[in-house]
Order: sequence, then C-alpha cells, then structure tokens
Amino acid sequence: MSLDLFFQYLFAGITYGSIYAIVAIGFNIIYNATGIINFAQGEFVMLGGMISITLHQFMPLPYAIAGAVALTMVIGALIEILFIRWLESPSVMRMVIITIGISILLRESALHVWGESIRSLPYFYGNEITTFSLGSVHLSPQVLWVIAACALMVGGLSVFFKGTSWGREMRACAANRTAAILCGINTRNMVTLSFMLSAGIGALAGCVMSPITYTQYDSGTSLAIKGFTVAILGGLGNSMAAVAAGILLGILEAFSVSVVPLAFQDAISISILLIILFIKPHGLFGSSEAARLKDF
Amino acid sequence: MTGRNDMERDRREEGGAQGEAMLELRSVHKRFGGLHAVNDVSFKVAPGTIKAVIGPNGAGKTTLFNLIAGNLPVSAGTVHFQGEEIQGKKPHQVARLGMARTFQNIKLFHGMTALECVMVGRHVRSRAGFFAGMLSLPLTWKEERAIREASMELLELMQIAEFADVEATSLAFGQQRAVEMARALVAEPRLLLLDEPAAGLNIYETAEVARLIGRIRDMGITVLLVEHDMSLVMDISDEIVVLSFGSKLAEDTPLNIQKNSEVIKIYLGADDEISA
Amino acid sequence: MRKQKNLAIVALCLLVACIHLVTVLTGSQFYLTQLTMAAYYGLVIIGLGTLMGYAGQISIGHAGFFAIGGYLSAALTTRNLASYQGGWPLRWLDTLSMLKTSQDIYGDQLITVAPWAACLCAVAAAALIALVIGVPVLKLKGHYLAMATLGFGTIIYRILLASPYFGEADGISEVPGFTLMPALGPLGPIMVSGDASLRVVNYYLAWGVLILGTTLLLNLIGSRVGRALRSLHSSEEAAAAAGVDTARFKLQVFVLSAVYAAIAGVLLTHFNGGIGPSEASVMKSVRYVALVAVGGMTNLWGTLIMGVGLTFLSLRGVFGSFDDAVFGMILIFVMLFAPDGILSLRLQLIVQRILLAVRS
Repeated sequence: MSLDLFFQYLFAGITYGSIYAIVAIGFNIIYNATGIINFAQGEFVMLGGMISITLHQFMPLPYAIAGAVALTMVIGALIEILFIRWLESPSVMRMVIITIGISILLRESALHVWGESIRSLPYFYGNEITTFSLGSVHLSPQVLWVIAACALMVGGLSVFFKGTSWGREMRACAANRTAAILCGINTRNMVTLSFMLSAGIGALAGCVMSPITYTQYDSGTSLAIKGFTVAILGGLGNSMAAVAAGILLGILEAFSVSVVPLAFQDAISISILLIILFIKPHGLFGSSEAARLKDF
Repeated sequence: MTGRNDMERDRREEGGAQGEAMLELRSVHKRFGGLHAVNDVSFKVAPGTIKAVIGPNGAGKTTLFNLIAGNLPVSAGTVHFQGEEIQGKKPHQVARLGMARTFQNIKLFHGMTALECVMVGRHVRSRAGFFAGMLSLPLTWKEERAIREASMELLELMQIAEFADVEATSLAFGQQRAVEMARALVAEPRLLLLDEPAAGLNIYETAEVARLIGRIRDMGITVLLVEHDMSLVMDISDEIVVLSFGSKLAEDTPLNIQKNSEVIKIYLGADDEISA
Repeated sequence: MRKQKNLAIVALCLLVACIHLVTVLTGSQFYLTQLTMAAYYGLVIIGLGTLMGYAGQISIGHAGFFAIGGYLSAALTTRNLASYQGGWPLRWLDTLSMLKTSQDIYGDQLITVAPWAACLCAVAAAALIALVIGVPVLKLKGHYLAMATLGFGTIIYRILLASPYFGEADGISEVPGFTLMPALGPLGPIMVSGDASLRVVNYYLAWGVLILGTTLLLNLIGSRVGRALRSLHSSEEAAAAAGVDTARFKLQVFVLSAVYAAIAGVLLTHFNGGIGPSEASVMKSVRYVALVAVGGMTNLWGTLIMGVGLTFLSLRGVFGSFDDAVFGMILIFVMLFAPDGILSLRLQLIVQRILLAVRS
C-alpha cells in the first residue's frame, strides 16, 4: 500500500470514527442518566441531517444547521416526555423494546415525510471536488469540519459536565439518583436534559457528515449499531474512551476495505461488536467497577 | 413419604461410616478486590446435626453460604460435601449432589402456584427431558404424578396444603417462607442450608420454625443455618460457629458460646459491666 | 388442565377447516394462500414466544434463522452442481439418493440437491449455528443480549445481501416444490409448492405443521422442563439452587426456537418458490418480537392468535405503506401499556395506565 493510500484510509477512518464516537457519547449520556440504552440514537443523527436539508431550502446553511439541531433536541425531549418519563422502574427488556419501537417510528415517519431518496447538505466549503493538500495527501475540507465539530462537541461536553451546575447535577443524578433527589436536584428534568443533549450532538454530527456520507431515511440503524459497538468498546458510560474507541473502529473499518469486499464492511464492525460482547463486555478500557461509576 | 424410609436407612448406614463429616470447610478464603470477606474459615458439620453460623452484620455469613452452595467461587481453600470436593461447582451441580438451600429474601417464582414452586424443587429427583416433555410420552405422566404427590405431601407437612393452587407470590410472608422450605425439602436433600429462616417472623412463628427444624433433623437431614435470632439459635443448634470480620472466632456448643467473652465482646462491645 | 389443552387444539383444527369451508362458499379461495403464509410465520412466532416468554431471553435476530433455513434450502435446490460431477462428495450424495437430476432451461443437465435433503441440511445448519452462537450469546443479559442478537441478525442479512451465491439483492427464485408424498391413485401428490392446484393441500399442510408445533410447545410448557424454564425466567438463582441447569436449558430453548424458525423458512420458501434478503432484515426480526409481545409473552395461545392474525392482515396489505410503522406502534403501545400482552388486559387497567401517563 502506498503512503498516499495509507493516509487516505487513515483520514477516512478518523472522520468516520469521530462520527461513531459522537453517536457513542450520545448513548453514554442517556445511559449514565437513566440506565437505558436508547436504540433510537442513530435516528437523531439521521433527523439532524434530514431536517437541516429541508431547512436549507429556506435559509442559509448555518441557520439551517442550528435550526435542525434545535428541532432535533425538541424531538428528543418529546420522546422522553411521551414515552419514558412516566414509566415506573420498567424492566430492561421492556425499555429495550420501547426504544426499538421509537426508532422504528422515527424511521417510518422520516420515510413518509422525505421518501426514500438520498439527500445531502451541500459542502460547507467549496464542493465535492474541492481538496486541499496535506503533504501528498488530498483531503476534502469537509473532513476538517467533521473532525473539528466532533472535537468541539467533546470539549464542550467536557466543560459542561465538569464546569457548569447543570452538568454537575447530571453527573450526580447518574452516580446516585436517590442522593441527587435528596440534594434537591430535579432528576426528571435531568433525564429530559440528557435526551436533549444526546439528540443535539447526534443532530450536529448528522449535519456535518451529510455532505460526505449522504442521508437517507434508514441511515440511522447502522449508525446505531456502530455507535453502540464503540460505546461498548470503550466501556459503556465512559465517553473519553469512546472517542478513542470510535477512532479505532473507524480506522479498522477503513483499512478493512483493502482486505474484504466493500459490501462486507458493515459485517466487520458487527463482528467486532459480537467478539467484544463475548469476550470483554466491559470494553477495552473498561472494567465492571468503572462501569458502575457512570461518569462522563 | 417413601423418601423418609430411604433416609432413615441411609442414616443408619452413615452411622457405620463414622468420622465422615457431611460438610467440611478447609481454610476457605474469599476476597473481593481488597476486601477479605471470608478469611481462613474451617469447620465440620457432622451428619444428622444442626449447626448454626452467627456473627454481627458484615461478618461474612451470607458470603460463606454462597461459597458452599456454589454461587461464588472460592479464592482459596476447599469445601467438601460427603467427602467430595465441591468448591468451584455450579449451584445446580451441588444441588444434584444432595444439597438444598433457602434464601434470605424469599425467591419464589412469579406466575406459578405454590404447588408448582414446590414441584420445581423436585427437579433433581426427576428425569423427563426436553423431548419427553414435548412429545408428552406416557413415562412422563407417571413421573409427573409422582412429583405432584411428593410436592403435595410436603405442602401438607408445612400445613399450607390449602394454598396449593394459589399464586405463590401473593401469599402471606410466613406462608411464602413455608413454600420455600417445602421446595428445598422436596428434593430430599442430605444437607439443608437455611439462610435466616426466622427473619421477619414473630415469636410464635419462630417457635414453629424451631420445631420444624427439629423435625427436619429427625428425618435424617443435616442442617446448617445462618441466623440472627439468638433464641432460635441457642434453642436448636447442636453446635455454633461464630464469625467476625470474615474470620472464625469460635466453634462450640451453645452453652459455651454464651459464656465466651470474645463472642460477647463482638456483639455488645468491650464493656466489663455486662456479665453472664 | 390437559383436557383444556386438548380441547383447544381440537377447536383450532375445526376452525381451520371452517375457514376453508367459508372461503369455498364465498368463492374467495385466494385467501388461502395468505393464510398459508401466515401460518408459516406463526411457526416462527410461537418458537420465539417460547424463548422470550418462558426462557426470558430476548432475540432481535430471529429472522436470521428463518433466512438461514430458507436460503440454504433454496440455494441447494437451485444451484447446479453439474460441474462437480465425478468428485467424491457428489458420488457420496448420490448413493444417499440426495441428488436430483433434471434439465435447466437451456436443456443442459442440472444436478441439484433433492428438496428433502436440502431441507434437512438447512435446518441442521440453523440448529448448529444456534448452538454455536447460543453459548456465548446467552451468557449476556439485558441490553447486551439484545444488541448481540441484533448484531447476529444484521450479519446474516449483510452476508446474504453481499453474496452472489445467495443472489445478492434479488434473492433466489425458481425454487422447486417439495414433494412429501407422491400421487397415490386418485389422491394427488402432497407437495409444498405454490401451484394453484395444490392450494388447499398446502393450506392444510401449513396449518398442520403449525398446530403440531403448537402442541409440542404446549406439552413442553406443561412438563417438568417447562416448569424449569418458567422458574429460571423468574429467578435464575432459585432455579439453579433447585438443580436446574440454567445455561443448558436456555441454550436448548434457543436452539429449539431457531429450528422452528428454520423449518418455517424452508417450507415458506418452497411454497413461495423463492426468497429475498428482506426476510433476514432487522424489520422482520422486530416484527416477530412485536407479535410475541402483543400476544403476551407467557401466553402461547395469545401469541399464536395475534401473530397469525396480524401477519395475515399485513400480508393482505391492510396496513399499506405504514406496515412497518404499525408494528413499531404496536411494540411501543404494548410495552408501555400492556407489557403482559393485549389479551391479559382488562380495559380498566389500560385506562388506569393511560391516566397515569397523562398525569405525570
């Protein structure tokens, strides 16, 4: 493999990996706050992309993206309020099935609103043939947008959870719900906030990656599986590890194209998921004690 | 119950094989990370006797039970049941060898009647498998009848036969305890592990439990129990093991344990004013 | 209790015959085709219902087993082995009379595996795969188990979609009928095939298989093993303490449910004359789960009725383009308001739960 090709794959891997990491962090935020795995996480990404494409027909790109993120956050809050909030200690199986049902609803709604067509946002800078050179490697500027957006989100979340009072309240809620209630924290709102946050970052990720990967009504499902793989790989609940794990998976996937036919690419990440689940369900970086901590 | 005759015969046979403890722990350790929950505990339980394990909260009693029954692996040491090493075996394997147990927080089965719960207990003494079950072969009908009869007998022994067809988890607390006891006994075990059998019971119910445990011993079953209720323990035990912070503090007859100053200290604190 | 069960089974047989009669009288025999298909899907659903309701293990990948059964049987009965003639595997298969020689559309020799042998291989393969992945998968719980089964189903789907041997996106067609009994005098052959002349035979065949499958499961649930399964679903610890080998039983039920799905896959593929990758899709798996949930996970009759009924409606196109959405809604509705299944609910309870939701 030539050096050029190597770097092409590498950057492709990092790009996709960042997206997977964001989806994984979305899983982690909701899991930490509620103990639920939100199977509809991938749909947030898809909705972000789709809504921004529609809004872009009426307003300039930055506003369209902001609007899409805001709308998706509202959808996330609605989902929590309508379906999750009033359940009293439901069993895990019930929650799994409910979020799967929600994911299907979102998918089918998207199908009926936007049809089966594949759409995308325009490139933020230039168009699909614009490239800039990093040494001998030619990259699309969109790649930088993706990586920058994801890095910003991770940084922002870090500041949010460690620095702001809301962030600290959410962490308290995750660590020990009863104690948090006793401290006067409104845990119900914290749960809603966690859904909104996950929806928001998913939507933003969907917007930045749309020019590269295109958006379709069913793009959510495979993203959810890969995001979950990354979340598990890093240890459920550990978002910093999710970043590392995401990039790792992205790179593995990108390089696998040189070994395995493209059509089997998805099968690679699923196989990794299964292997991890069978061997080390707490992830490469995790342990069962750390998993119990449920910190960001 | 035909089983009872078998057991009396077995007990007489065992009387011949003297010195063979029903249960023996040799230097058993259990560590959870930094916590040394069970620290070098050794003791024997002679067949046909009642042995109690007592100690303040956190002494490691429930952990010890879980180690014996196979729910937890030992960190070191061996557990011998009827001469055979059983540490590391799974709970269902230990059950097959003739050990039964009850649980501190009653674990009855949702959606099953009291009778059905007890019938599950008969699992180790029955054989019908998957295919026999699916095809509903005649040989299974006979076995089913036998299982049902044995279970009903035990419900009668526990004096809750009238609740046979009632959903088990909707029964009163004391009755649920009785179902759990019946489930353990219907397996005709050699050794019965009782995890706080008197928890949550009043004086009269506790006295009933004492009588029941005595009757179980008379059936030839060896009993090992963990209990906080001192009246019950002192009343029925042949021997007592005292645990404190995971280590064995004392092992003696009830009378001697009551006089043991070390034991008194861990329960009441070092206050010289408290004397026997 | 056994009498009740037998009565219900006889009633079902009568109902099946009655429905046939009704279609004859109203001249609407075309319904029989969809009823036949619904019956085969019902077989998958009751198998899954036993796994979910009695062994308490969720599986969002069961369409994978259906597809393994259907695809393997289809591929073996349509792919030409003529180029391997003379080799020892083919000679060996021939001596077991597992091969079928015929002519393809170009007049060349076509050697395929005989349908009955293909069926056996397909089901055996499904059972083997279930055994192999069951051991690690069933050690998982909750979300991890759900994701693992979802992953399994997706891998099967991706492999089928990407493999030329399995027809990629077009699937496999021209699958021959499956003769169970050759023609005897006035009695026509009993064949699993989409042939219009055999419509009635196939109707009774499908329902016969479904009723037989149901009977076997009902027997199992009422037996010693069934009790053990229900106990391990309720409290694994207590079941293990009573001597139930929980890991082994979970695995056995998993394999059993996979076999049911595979058999349904084989028979439906030969009935339809083909199979496509959508049969392995996640949506199909989710649909099966929805149908088990709506019927009540511990209620085999409920699962059967709801499963076949809703599948029939879906096949008739009653839900239109909202088909998948309907099953998604069913899932949510059932899980929110009626986790024990629709039939177990009294109206009062549903209203109570809705009010609780609204109030909070």
